[in-house]
Amino acid sequence: MRNITWSQAMNEAIAEEMRHDETVFIMGEDVAEAGTPFKVTSGLVEEFGTQRVLDTPISEPGFMGMAVGASLTGMRPIVDLMFGDFIYLIMDQLANQAAKQHYMSGGKLTVPLVVRTNMGATRRSAAQHSQSLQALVAHIPGIKVAMPSTPYEVKGLMKTAIRDNNPVVIFEDKLSYQMKGPVPEEEYFIPFGQANVISQGTDITLIGTSSMVQVCEEAALILAEKGISAEVIDVRTIAPLDEHTLVESVKKTGRAIVVDEGHQSFGVTSEIVARLNEQAFYYLDAPLTRMGAMDVPIPFSPALEDLTVPTAAGVADKAVKLVTGER
Amino acid sequence: MTNLTTKDIPRLLQAYRQMVTIREFEDNANELYLTAKMPGLTHMYSGQEAVAVGICEALKSTDYITSTHRGHGHCVAKGANLKLMFCELLGKEEGYCRGKGGSMHIADQSNGNLGANAIVGGSAGIATGAALRSKMLGKDDVTVCFFGDGALGQGLLYEVMNMAALWSLPVIYACENNMYGEYTHVDEMAAGSLTARAEAFGIETHRVDGQDFVAVNALSEKLVARAREGEGPFFIVLDTYRYHGHHVGDVNRTYYRSKEEEQHWKTERDPILLLAEVLVSNEWATQQELDEFKAAIKKEAADAVSYALDAPYPDESEVDMHVFVD
Ligand SMILES: Cc1ncc(C[n+]2csc(CCOP(=O)(O)OP(=O)(O)O)c2C)c(N)n1
Ligand SMILES: [Mg+2]
Repeated sequence: MRNITWSQAMNEAIAEEMRHDETVFIMGEDVAEAGTPFKVTSGLVEEFGTQRVLDTPISEPGFMGMAVGASLTGMRPIVDLMFGDFIYLIMDQLANQAAKQHYMSGGKLTVPLVVRTNMGATRRSAAQHSQSLQALVAHIPGIKVAMPSTPYEVKGLMKTAIRDNNPVVIFEDKLSYQMKGPVPEEEYFIPFGQANVISQGTDITLIGTSSMVQVCEEAALILAEKGISAEVIDVRTIAPLDEHTLVESVKKTGRAIVVDEGHQSFGVTSEIVARLNEQAFYYLDAPLTRMGAMDVPIPFSPALEDLTVPTAAGVADKAVKLVTGER
Repeated sequence: MTNLTTKDIPRLLQAYRQMVTIREFEDNANELYLTAKMPGLTHMYSGQEAVAVGICEALKSTDYITSTHRGHGHCVAKGANLKLMFCELLGKEEGYCRGKGGSMHIADQSNGNLGANAIVGGSAGIATGAALRSKMLGKDDVTVCFFGDGALGQGLLYEVMNMAALWSLPVIYACENNMYGEYTHVDEMAAGSLTARAEAFGIETHRVDGQDFVAVNALSEKLVARAREGEGPFFIVLDTYRYHGHHVGDVNRTYYRSKEEEQHWKTERDPILLLAEVLVSNEWATQQELDEFKAAIKKEAADAVSYALDAPYPDESEVDMHVFVD
């Protein structure tokens, strides 16, 4: 299978869906000639023109609201939100407008739109460009949230997101755009709500989202050297959440660490741990454990920033303690 | 054209010094990036010096400003110390924000700089709120809100301009029109007239050559004085140009602006050269004096850089300090 970058995989997903369905279009800041600051949408304007690849002014709430209106009336907009931190700017349109239309209309109106945005720290981008806000969005009933971990995942999840008839927010780790990985030439989709068991294990389950999946995989390697067998699961979508796969794994291993780059308090990790607790409590050999970003605004200084996010070594350390019963 | 007299010489030399300081600061910041000594990216102010200096020279240190992601110029112009600025850019403990903010969040409370901002237009509310405070307490401080042409896209700006006009607040909205927001020309982002946006609220607006220190400063002196008297708010569009890319990493720019255009601004419209021309043609300074001036500033900037490079990082224990006030 060929290896391509994350950016190329995302680009292919958008291009394929724009070819497939002419109601699909993309709007956002510098998505046309510039191809976004991360060069993800390069080439789209050449193929689809400026009618379907729209460079917007720096007006996030405005174009988000327009996407809601366009989707209510038959289009399938992709909103390119340059940084996940700008979720705060579009929140009213996303939460009060997009998320509730279907329900409030008694099932009559639909909002088939996708917001593609990013997350993740350690890029030295400071507190307003480093946040991982997926928990905030997943808290809102009516919005689906995808968290791809590899080029393969991002393409398959993005294609599913575009065809979904609900508002979907897809969060990409901004350090992943150049990541390479195998992606089939043939068309494929990754269904929402189906976690991916990456490697089987018996002692502990390491559950990750987005780039924290790689952190879990690395931690599993460290643990293997110590004779501890870890099962690694990529959650893929936090809303809907594949409880079944996670619960079955934890019933088998009796232990779990859930890793996500959002702030730990009131976060994705808390929610997953709560559900595992409700459904696998009697199978547990150790406390279910959360590992998220520290509850601090992300600091600029490298000396501080690196302390704020979970690392493979940190996850492995914690896993050893849980498995050996050491406190 | 403003009539200058020998009385203006100290003021012009001070402005020259400040503008050269900003240029030197930015050249050093760029070098730190290119040699991988600076974490992350930064946005250079080079080319826009007459805007920050022209306005800030009309302010007292007790007046407030709010700044942007392209904020080093505002920070220097409002009186900041180079060493502490470089320390912040490098994430060092001695920096203005103890390394926690970095380039995009430098704030210098001692000089009334309420901070750079990484959200485009994000400081419009802050600036207007600072002006509200001045009015409530009966102070005569003025607040200047710096923002780029790109921020004209943000709705917040229009909400707060409306309130500033309703309540006659002492705030000056300074729109630095360097013609681009990232990689897009202002004509593709802002429909209609730039100044009419503020005029619609009944705000007095001005448009000035942002490369001409003398013009910017003369206008600013007048408006600041009037704002102190309760005649605000005001809105200024300052036409200017950024010499570097959107950020230090934006080096291939020809797909959105031509080399000729860049060259034209750098050689024909450079704010530092233009002010030097005023000083030299009036025989208020010789080119040699200006060059000596420049050399001294170069040295000062270089010293500040090596100071910052050697300065310690914050201790790990700082990471969860300052989330809340104790
Ligand atoms: C709300 C928001 N949207 C988008 C961005 C990304 N961004 C950073 S600077 C910039 C362009 C700003 O243009 P302008 O206001 O003209 O300032 P300039 O860079 O020209 O100084 C953009 C789009 C941001 N930081 N904040
Ligand atoms: Mg601009």
